Amino acid sequence: MSIFYSLLAITVLILIPIVGVGGLGWRYLFGVIIPYAAFGLFIIGIIYRILLWAKVPVPFKITTTCGQQKSLPWIKNSKLEAPPNSFWTAMRMSSEVLFFRSLFRNSKAQLKPGPKLVYGSGILLWLGAICFHYSFLVILIRHFRFFIGPTSKFIEIVSGLDSFFQIGLPILYITDLVILIALTYLLLRRFLSPQLKYISLAADYFPLFLLLCIALSGTTMRYFTRIDIVAVKELGMGLAGFHPVIPDNLSLMFFIHIFLVSSLIAYFPFSKLMHMGGIFLSPTRNMANDNRKRRHINPWNPKVEVHTYEEYEDEFREVMKNAGLPLEKEE
Amino acid sequence: MYNGGKIILGLIIFLLLITLPVWFNIATGTSKYKPNPKILPGQTECVAPANYMRTSHMRLLDEWRDEVVRHQRRYGEINGKIYELSLSNTCMKCHSNKKEFCDECHNFADVNPYCWECHIEPKEK
Ligand code: HEC
Ligand code: HEC
Ligand code: HEC
Ligand code: HEM
Repeated sequence: MSIFYSLLAITVLILIPIVGVGGLGWRYLFGVIIPYAAFGLFIIGIIYRILLWAKVPVPFKITTTCGQQKSLPWIKNSKLEAPPNSFWTAMRMSSEVLFFRSLFRNSKAQLKPGPKLVYGSGILLWLGAICFHYSFLVILIRHFRFFIGPTSKFIEIVSGLDSFFQIGLPILYITDLVILIALTYLLLRRFLSPQLKYISLAADYFPLFLLLCIALSGTTMRYFTRIDIVAVKELGMGLAGFHPVIPDNLSLMFFIHIFLVSSLIAYFPFSKLMHMGGIFLSPTRNMANDNRKRRHINPWNPKVEVHTYEEYEDEFREVMKNAGLPLEKEE
Repeated sequence: MYNGGKIILGLIIFLLLITLPVWFNIATGTSKYKPNPKILPGQTECVAPANYMRTSHMRLLDEWRDEVVRHQRRYGEINGKIYELSLSNTCMKCHSNKKEFCDECHNFADVNPYCWECHIEPKEK
């Protein structure tokens, strides 16, 4: 059912620009207004979500127990698993962000004869995720050429490496192939494994369908239907320079592509895709394991109203005296 | 807010990164530049309609290359005219001003065809 709903949603998203641009000719709406609105929503949404998270107190320092904490000098400690200071915490965080370290291990549970439950690394999931994310990054960097003034050395180097094999014209980008394969794998994984299918929601399928359709429309545009890149760049630089223009030479496929992209970035802050920002705010990743060295005070602790014995005695002195009870202070 | 300083710093860096093109264009002042490939006088039409050429000239070149290198057909008919299927001898004969024509667009769109590592560029005065 969730597969059906997300397929329905994506079909509607593709039909909107087909009707809006192909039928009604609202090019300015789809080329300028919607992208600006989506980008605005993206920025505001991200700031909102991050500030919301930042306001949540962290009551405990959560130690992860997969490594020896730093203690006595002769006990070997694991700096990356149980970082003793902020430098090693930053190292752990970067290994997470750059190499998806947690995803690499213990992500697959297997029942071995015995019966014994064994956790091993699900290498395929890690590989699919890392291929997808790095291809996405390279594609985004390459796309900057549509928005910045003539020639940037950095983008040239990136696209030069990406087109290393010089297959065909326009040259095949390796990342285009990789992102399509990786996304297909990530989707098939949810379709084919019964356990995964059981826990997958529409919110899991939809982003995958959306990304797949963005990549498909982009590659179709580049390798099959073709598009006037000069016109695209005029639009892009108009958007980036706040003097939007709509060149005549843009095809319907282009409008589908940027409408899907607009949908993606507008949806981003309100979806699971916010793990991009969330990873930096994960308490098990961003806190040093130094609770035996430094006291962590729960910022949540309410101001407790205490009534000390001295105050108690002050309050009931007369009554206690009359009843003949012993007192700490007579007066 | 907890750890506000670090979080806001991170947010600002993120926002600067995704709006990089805006600052880049302000810094270099190039946001209104538009390429103007110069057609040499005396030429009236390309091997294919200009609209097709503008979007798909690299595919045409790819087809020509395959025809010559793989099938040994050096001449081909397009729209009733016979052309020699050659980068240097056909395209660059009409568009002999490579710097003002091909490079004008390619520099703008940030593409670097590697063809000229082997194929001869027309001599320009
Ligand atoms: C109207 C502008 C324009 C003109 C004029 C032009 N090109 Fe291009 N050319 C482009 C664009 C834009 C691309 C990149 C297309 C893409 O990345 O999808 C390109 C790509 C190419 C490619 C493929 C390169 C690659 O890395 O994919 C070749 C080869 C090429 N052009 C050859 C030529 C030649 C030869 C000339 C001159 C006779 C020429 N072009 C004139 C705009 C132009
Ligand atoms: C017979 C001379 C001639 C030949 C041969 C020729 N062109 Fe052209 N080309 C022209 C003319 C003239 C125009 C302008 C057409 C117009 O504006 O209607 C043009 C336009 C173009 C454009 C579009 C420029 C723009 O402003 O959008 C490109 C790209 C292009 N040619 C590339 C090529 C390539 C690549 C080849 C070789 C496959 C080639 N041409 C062969 C004469 C020629
Ligand atoms: C490694 C060197 C090399 C590179 C790089 C190269 N070519 Fe060629 N090309 C050749 C050779 C060799 C031939 C065969 C020449 C012949 O038989 O006349 C050829 C033939 C061709 C032909 C048909 C014959 C002719 O006279 O033009 C075309 C068209 C062509 N190449 C296009 C391209 C394009 C477009 C690029 C850039 C994307 C390119 N080539 C890059 C070596 C190269
Ligand atoms: C989330 C953001 C985006 C993703 C994931 C994405 C993905 C892709 C992919 C995979 C391609 C295939 C070709 C290539 O890799 O260059 C492509 C092409 C393309 N995209 Fe995007 N895209 C995004 C945003 C945009 C935006 C905002 C624009 C608007 C200017 C755009 C315009 C284009 C164009 C014009 C092409 C054709 C490129 C060519 O022919 O060289 N894309 N896109």
